[in-house]
Amino acid sequence: MTATQAPQALDFECETGNYHTFCPISCVAWLYQKIEDSFFLVIGTKTCGYFLQNAMGVMIFAEPRYAMAELEEGDISAQLNDYEELKRLCLQIKRDRNPSVIVWIGTCTTEIIKMDLEGLAPKLEAEIGIPIVTARANGLDYAFTQGEDTVLAAMVHKCPKQAPVVEEEKQERNAIQKLLHFGRKQEDVAAQESEYVDHPPLVLFGSMPDPVVTNLTLELKKQGIKVSGWLPAKRYTELPVIEEGYYVAGVNPFLSRTATTLMRRRKCKLIGAPFPIGPDGTRAWIEKICSVFSIEPKGLEEREAQIWASLEDYVKLLRGKSVFFMGDNLLEISLARFLIRCGMSCPEIGIPYMDKRYQKAELDLLAKTCQEMGVPAPKIIEKPDNYNQIQRIYELKPDLVITGMAHANPMEARGINTKWSVEFTFAQIHGFTNARDVLELATRPLRRNNNLKELGWEKLVKEEAKI
Amino acid sequence: MKLAYWMYAGPAHIGTLRIASSFKNVHAIMHAPLGDDYFNVMRSMLERERDYTPVTASVVDRNVLARGSQEKVVDNIVRKDKEEKPDLIVLTPTCTSSILQEDLHNFVERAQMDSKGDVILADVNHYRANELQAADRTLDQIVQFYLEKARKKGEIGEGKTEKPSVNIIGISTLGFHNQHDGTELKRLMNDLGIEVNEIIPEGASVHNLKNLPRAWFNLVPYREIGLITARYLEQEFDMPYIDISPMGVVETARCLRKIQQVLNAQGAEVDYEEYINNQTLYVSQAAWFSRSIDCQNLTGKKAVVFGDNTHAAAMTKILAREMGIHVVLAGTYCKYDADWFKEQVSEYCDQILISEDNGEIGDAIARIEPSAIFGTQMERHVGKRLNIPCGVIAAPIHIQDFPIGYKPFLGYEGTNQIADLVYNSFTLGMEDHLLEIFGGHDTKEVIHKGISADSDLNWNKEAKAELNKVPGFVRGKVKRNTEKFARERGISEITLEVMYAAKESVGA
Ligand code: SF4
Repeated sequence: MTATQAPQALDFECETGNYHTFCPISCVAWLYQKIEDSFFLVIGTKTCGYFLQNAMGVMIFAEPRYAMAELEEGDISAQLNDYEELKRLCLQIKRDRNPSVIVWIGTCTTEIIKMDLEGLAPKLEAEIGIPIVTARANGLDYAFTQGEDTVLAAMVHKCPKQAPVVEEEKQERNAIQKLLHFGRKQEDVAAQESEYVDHPPLVLFGSMPDPVVTNLTLELKKQGIKVSGWLPAKRYTELPVIEEGYYVAGVNPFLSRTATTLMRRRKCKLIGAPFPIGPDGTRAWIEKICSVFSIEPKGLEEREAQIWASLEDYVKLLRGKSVFFMGDNLLEISLARFLIRCGMSCPEIGIPYMDKRYQKAELDLLAKTCQEMGVPAPKIIEKPDNYNQIQRIYELKPDLVITGMAHANPMEARGINTKWSVEFTFAQIHGFTNARDVLELATRPLRRNNNLKELGWEKLVKEEAKI
Repeated sequence: MKLAYWMYAGPAHIGTLRIASSFKNVHAIMHAPLGDDYFNVMRSMLERERDYTPVTASVVDRNVLARGSQEKVVDNIVRKDKEEKPDLIVLTPTCTSSILQEDLHNFVERAQMDSKGDVILADVNHYRANELQAADRTLDQIVQFYLEKARKKGEIGEGKTEKPSVNIIGISTLGFHNQHDGTELKRLMNDLGIEVNEIIPEGASVHNLKNLPRAWFNLVPYREIGLITARYLEQEFDMPYIDISPMGVVETARCLRKIQQVLNAQGAEVDYEEYINNQTLYVSQAAWFSRSIDCQNLTGKKAVVFGDNTHAAAMTKILAREMGIHVVLAGTYCKYDADWFKEQVSEYCDQILISEDNGEIGDAIARIEPSAIFGTQMERHVGKRLNIPCGVIAAPIHIQDFPIGYKPFLGYEGTNQIADLVYNSFTLGMEDHLLEIFGGHDTKEVIHKGISADSDLNWNKEAKAELNKVPGFVRGKVKRNTEKFARERGISEITLEVMYAAKESVGA
């Protein structure tokens, strides 16, 4: 392979948008858990409630800090006053749960009847004394994980604009700093500050389970990079300070609105990097951040090699196999890039929405990975058509299809191995440490097959008559 | 606006989709935003369906809002007609289409011109009907559509079948144990020498609907789905219907006697008494169970029942009438059909609760502290929190309520299944009884600590020892009652005397 040869250009297409995905209001399920003092109020219909109730599964029985403001006929025909109705419900929430923030999730219905949530929120906020964040995470405009993007973009506006003057206070508000300093004496903390290189403040965005936050923060610390804050933080009251000129970096591929908001409204500088998924992605992510701060990365190459070595038992199962992404959660490009690096080929990546600017570095890494691994670049299909995809899957016979639950069982019954895509959204997949978890998921159907190999139970539906 | 955390019955379109996807070769196209095809996930997961769920969305997005969805809907229908060649496409409105107020009727007419299969618009309004009502209506709508079509062509099946026959109406996908109930009913009819003419909608073909009038009568096993259809068939074709759910020994017998009467009125001359007697006494185990020592130990135990109309009413009757259990409260979330429920259960329970609010039923359970609950998954979780066992008898349900093994609720095998469910829920009556006699064997140190640690009241040594003799599953309740009693009277130390006084005061 000659180094001068440019990577093969990626091929983008757009289909009909007739595909299955989760409604973006599902972000409530993980965000209410992440932001511990929040309450999410979804202003919608029974349809929205039914979806959440079923999609959240057993979480719904754990008295979640979430509820529906269910719109009735009177609300639709504007016989009832929206402001009064919302006030009544929010006061009830204040009384019963006393949250630090109420997040209103606008839905398709509030869009169509043009309920002015953004206009009502500040008024009500002043009246009841609880901050209200409005996010329009509806199925008319967005898919699945993009819901988080709309919520975080709205939260950007609530981040403090200036670091408080008193140093102690700053440490109070900064959760991550506290976390890193946990149990240490003041002098140690001061000494520790010097472990960091002097660089402009960096804020990361994207909701991650706490262990992942700690993990990525420490990973950057090894390079002398200090994470000044994280959007969102564990508590709403700990939202990071964001001043003009701060650097920001995303940890997930679906956060393009949040990125844009940070750049345009808060005049932050976005570090466009591949996402820290897989050891290759994590290394590229750290390297890019280092390069922006003119830091020479230390020990990353060895670290990556070491992780790959530890993954070998799983990678062995994947090498030479093919994977097809039907597309529903926007993690597809990063996951495909990682799996191609594992030695898989990938004929098609379906994806709900492709922001070529926000994902530029990831796309470049994908093209480069394909070239280095000597596999053809995948077709990237935006707004895919599930019916057409199924026909292509029958033709291509991929070894693994990453798809939603609506198609998983029917495909399995036809002898096609599937992995349920939603699991990648909920599992911990970021950073060096979690690379194994991604492969745990990806190889599970293949390992299951090794176990059942000799039974001859592959096709479990009668041959369909060809018309 | 209503603050809601949980709903018992889903939105209207779910009902329509359940009916459409129960039929063979019928495709539903939802007029809905991206993300509302969650039905497919549920069907694929819960029913473990091997086939693709025949439901697609005609996606409503920004473009559609700006330009209207006519073209898109029509294209999608025509496309699906070509791809899958369904017999029927049901255009399914959602909450979104209810407010867009587009002329979906017109789209259907347009699409019909270019489609080989039939196309109809499900006539349900999101704001006026829930899942169950919508399912009931959609089934009727499809049946009427095909019978009228057949009538115009003169294709309606002539006369009655030679032997007595029945249509079973209302078995559907995602219905609680519906698959098993369907099989059990077929067996039952077979035992009685009755031919099953059609089962709808599950597994039925729309082409066969024209044969419906050939049956001698219709059987509607569930209160929620199928009655409108049965009433239509009665009116148009003079077909009698039976709406007694054969759930439980007494109700099954009542259902069979009614069938006998209906058939004899048409000259069949059948007598099922011996069959009923034989099944009841020797084949089904439920009557014998009622008589056995096991069940004797359940006598007077308190239970709460909550669910849909069919299952909650049947369970209440079974518990009270067939097992001697004290049903303190029976409730339903089928608010729209509350009168029927009240009439069915009023003589078998102390209180009736009609509510769609899970908080209300949860509070009632906490207040009553029954020995067992029979409810939905929501009540099961309430039970978990309060340490009260719960048998699940109605939707909403989870994957574990779609068992692979044969578990009907209807017919004679159903009575056996229900007996098991009830008995297992009451934490094994005999065992409990023995524990009580021998003072319990649950004396682990940890439990002592647990009990004294979370209490602000002081239990003296004897009282604590006595409390530990109380069988595990009622211990919490005895402790709570005693402490409540002590608190009300300002007693700070709980002695044996206080315990007994508390016990006497509640009369238990
Ligand atoms: S797609 Fe729209 S109507 Fe459907 S659940 Fe999502 S927000 Fe609610």
